[in-house]
Amino acid sequence: MTTKQIKTTAVENKLIGLADIVITAAERSKDPTIAIPIRALSNVAFNERKGLIEMGNKKQARSFFNVGMAKKFMQTVLVADALFELQRADLTTSLREIYYRTKHTIQDSHENTFDTQDESDPVIEDLEVSLGALREELHVRAENSGSIVGPVVFGDDGDRVDCARLGKGGYSVPSIVEPEYLEVRRCTADFLLLVEKGTQWNRLSEDKFWRRYNCVLLTGNGQPPRGVRRLARRLHEEYKLPVYVLVDNDPWGYYIYSVIKQGSINLAFESQRMAIPKAKFMGLSSADPERYGLPRNVGIKLNEKDIARAKELMNYQWFQKPAWQVEIKRMLTSGLKYELDALANKDFQYLTKKYLPRKLKEKDWLD
Amino acid sequence: MNKKNALTQPAPSASPRKTVPEPVAPKKVAARPVQQVTAVEMGARQREISVSEFFTKNRHLLGFDNPRKALLTCVKEAVDNALDACEEAGILPDVMVRLEVVPTGGTTPSPSQATRFRITVMDNGPGIVRQQIPRIFAKLLYGSKFHRLRMSRGQQGIGISAAGMYGQLTTGKPVKIISRTGPKAVAHFFEVQIDTKKNEPLVHENKQIEWNQPQGTQVTLEVEGKYQKGRASVDEWLEQTSIANPHVRLIYQTPEGETNEYPRTYHELPPAPREIKPHPYGIEFGMLLKMLQDTKSHSLSGFLSSDFCRVSPQLADEICKTAMVSPTMKPRDLKSHAAETLYQTIQNTKIMAPPTNCISPIGEKAILSGLYKQIKGEFYTAVSRPPAVYRGNPFIIEAGLAYGNRPENQTKPKQLAMPKAEGEGEDEDSELARVIRYANRVPLLYQQSACSMFKAVLSTSWKNYGVTQSRGALPGGPMVIFVHMASVWVPFTSESKEAIADYDEIQKEITLALRECGRRLGLFLRRRERAASEYRRRNIFELYIEEVVEACNRLKGGKLLKEKLKAQLRKIATSRTGGMKTDQALGKTGTGPEGLPHSIIVTSEGVEGEVELASQVEADAAATVPPVDADLLGDEKLSVGATKSRAKKAHLRADKTPQSKAAQMGLFAEKGSSGKKPIRTRTQPEKPNKPKRPANAAAPRRKK
Repeated sequence: MTTKQIKTTAVENKLIGLADIVITAAERSKDPTIAIPIRALSNVAFNERKGLIEMGNKKQARSFFNVGMAKKFMQTVLVADALFELQRADLTTSLREIYYRTKHTIQDSHENTFDTQDESDPVIEDLEVSLGALREELHVRAENSGSIVGPVVFGDDGDRVDCARLGKGGYSVPSIVEPEYLEVRRCTADFLLLVEKGTQWNRLSEDKFWRRYNCVLLTGNGQPPRGVRRLARRLHEEYKLPVYVLVDNDPWGYYIYSVIKQGSINLAFESQRMAIPKAKFMGLSSADPERYGLPRNVGIKLNEKDIARAKELMNYQWFQKPAWQVEIKRMLTSGLKYELDALANKDFQYLTKKYLPRKLKEKDWLD
Repeated sequence: MNKKNALTQPAPSASPRKTVPEPVAPKKVAARPVQQVTAVEMGARQREISVSEFFTKNRHLLGFDNPRKALLTCVKEAVDNALDACEEAGILPDVMVRLEVVPTGGTTPSPSQATRFRITVMDNGPGIVRQQIPRIFAKLLYGSKFHRLRMSRGQQGIGISAAGMYGQLTTGKPVKIISRTGPKAVAHFFEVQIDTKKNEPLVHENKQIEWNQPQGTQVTLEVEGKYQKGRASVDEWLEQTSIANPHVRLIYQTPEGETNEYPRTYHELPPAPREIKPHPYGIEFGMLLKMLQDTKSHSLSGFLSSDFCRVSPQLADEICKTAMVSPTMKPRDLKSHAAETLYQTIQNTKIMAPPTNCISPIGEKAILSGLYKQIKGEFYTAVSRPPAVYRGNPFIIEAGLAYGNRPENQTKPKQLAMPKAEGEGEDEDSELARVIRYANRVPLLYQQSACSMFKAVLSTSWKNYGVTQSRGALPGGPMVIFVHMASVWVPFTSESKEAIADYDEIQKEITLALRECGRRLGLFLRRRERAASEYRRRNIFELYIEEVVEACNRLKGGKLLKEKLKAQLRKIATSRTGGMKTDQALGKTGTGPEGLPHSIIVTSEGVEGEVELASQVEADAAATVPPVDADLLGDEKLSVGATKSRAKKAHLRADKTPQSKAAQMGLFAEKGSSGKKPIRTRTQPEKPNKPKRPANAAAPRRKK
């Protein structure tokens, strides 16, 4: 707890630093400017040795006296003010609450500081990167949108949470899973399976797949939120669990895998603590339909967006491994994508009873 | 029917009769079934149908489909007649329209509930000679306009008598007419009805009376109708009439007892249109045959050159030669086959386009003045296209445009400075433009979407001119688009004259005119945008400085010297945005209407462009008309003689427009500067060859 206290003050100082930028610039008759690292493909690099996406050094200047940026600048200062308030009161909050807290109509006008949450969210991310503070450190939590089940025991606010005794619903992964918030007391699993879709996670959970294969089942309901990714990383790191990823066979599924493995472009600064470079791609592979005899009619035609996205992926540095190029090319050639749910075409429990056992037995996965 | 049956062999499916193998003689067929009638019997029933009878049954053809439209049609016909008469006689029209509710069943219902109305239309025209009055008002297809090719509102001579007949049918009341041909003549009073069988007038009453008007005609009709404001109402029609006819002074007494006056703002009669002969390209074969019969010429070549325009004797001979008919033969002797060859030959011969001086366009200035008078906008422009020809009929397309917020809308945002919720204020600009259409100066209110004018507006890409437009929709924004077609023969899609047919030539001309209007609007909008963006730049900084300083203060734990920081930041803001120059740039929205011919721009500080025209309108609307010479072009001297106002007129246009416009701009300015008004200096060097703008020409007058 003491460490946390120290950290918080450090964050507070960083936030106050923003005000200082404005004040010093004003005294010198300069344009107040904040340097914000760019969060785009142009400013990330793939570190092959570490297997991570890392953020580069490019920064953009956000100046106050620039017509295009003035409002953004004002918003940044307002959000910083709200975050500072959180620090002082030692509260955590959601992105949406920050939006409401900072929204008001500017005096003598009918202009709002923020019109929609879409304006405030990126500002918070900007502050995360430019201050080098994690979202948790800023006391901002995302929504809980992940579930975990399996032989793992957590300590959460002093409560003992045994994920093997939580029925088929499992434990809802909090958005902040740092050791000071969530303690992993025990884990006896052999591996961790991260499933893209909640529906397939439900299937596996209902069939008690985790008990049979002694694994932890984790889902993020689509693109996994930070909490889920961070928890997977902790289990991987602290209990040496191999991580397998089960996603749909489409470009978005591939990308979800790559985010888990190497980190995302937008949150490249978080890769260090989120990415799991040793994660494996379990499926659905574009080779699976043939191998598992999925009929063509359960496929879905790739649309233009899918194709464009797939081609984009092929150009990413971290998809350059020959096996991956083959994998994506195979999907493009077939012109079809397959959902995990399509496995139900063969049998409702095909995923639990045939597909995964065979995959694990054959060690049929991509790196 | 019979004949057909005889020709086509027994139709197995259609005939209920026994199928007889041999061809059946017509008479037999007719005789056999019980219900069939002999030709003789049928012949006994066949008789002439009087036009009046025809129209009593088909009144929708003339625009009397429903009570509401009927009321409008009656007003329209009477006003059209009045205006045509005045203009032909060279008199600036003063027209009074009065609608009164007629009590039914002893009580007087409210105007919206009433079913009977008395329409009175009075003009200061030349009057009508006594003998003609009954026939003009109570005989269908009687008039002066049908037999000539000349631009006028009415075309057929049905209108007013049909209106009278409609009244007669629905209320049984005769048409009352008072007419006086001059101060020295006596006024005659008539009550006439129409004999619907014979299409002849029945005079009920005819006497000489005392009339306080020195000259003119007054018609009173009593009709069944429905009075409802809004789209396609009498009110809208009169308003639009006044836009396209700024030379008319129109007084309208509504059934509610209000008096609306549309003042005269253009003191010049439109040039009288000239009558022309038909152009050979414009006639159909049947018409040609008829003309061949009716002509007074003795030779074919003489017929061609004298009964048509643009056919010289040489050309006539040439046509005859090509058609292999003798130029000297009698036109009456030209029989069907040869006539057809002649017709084809004429169509294939190159003939000069018809003369165009027969058309009298409204004119750019008059359109501007009409729009400026009736529509409260910020930008006005007008375009008259050069004459063009469709099917041998010359025509002119004119387009106009008024853009900007109307005063009602302008005053609103001032109170609206309340916080906006998410999603609010995004759909505010969903208002679509309004298209007002005219044919020979008469507003067209019905069947908008069938009209080629409307289609042309839709197919113009307004996005190019900085106006929003959804696919296949009207452009968005506070805008009125004016389109006028002047022609000796306007091709309506139906007899009730509601929509203009889609001729390529017409469509093209309309599109060209609209594009020109659009270009000018785009220029105006861009210029305004430029000026406003400078404005905004300064403003947003001033707005945001407050916010940033407050936030910094909180971050610093409230220990900040706020005022000092604000002052420092403001100083930077001023130096970064060009300081005083910005204010100067804002003082004027750009530099006069270069590249914007025939346009009026209204800004917070006055009017630009056709200033004199605008001020003329203002003056007319607000006060007694100062004597202004007709030449409004480029003359810098201005008759500012806005003398004492007649109170009644003044409240009409009132001074809403400019002040609220100023208010709007003011609002803009006040936003951040908290009452600090930008300094306005007029030091910018102006281009030399531009007519000098009288400083604040119209502004002082508006202050009333």
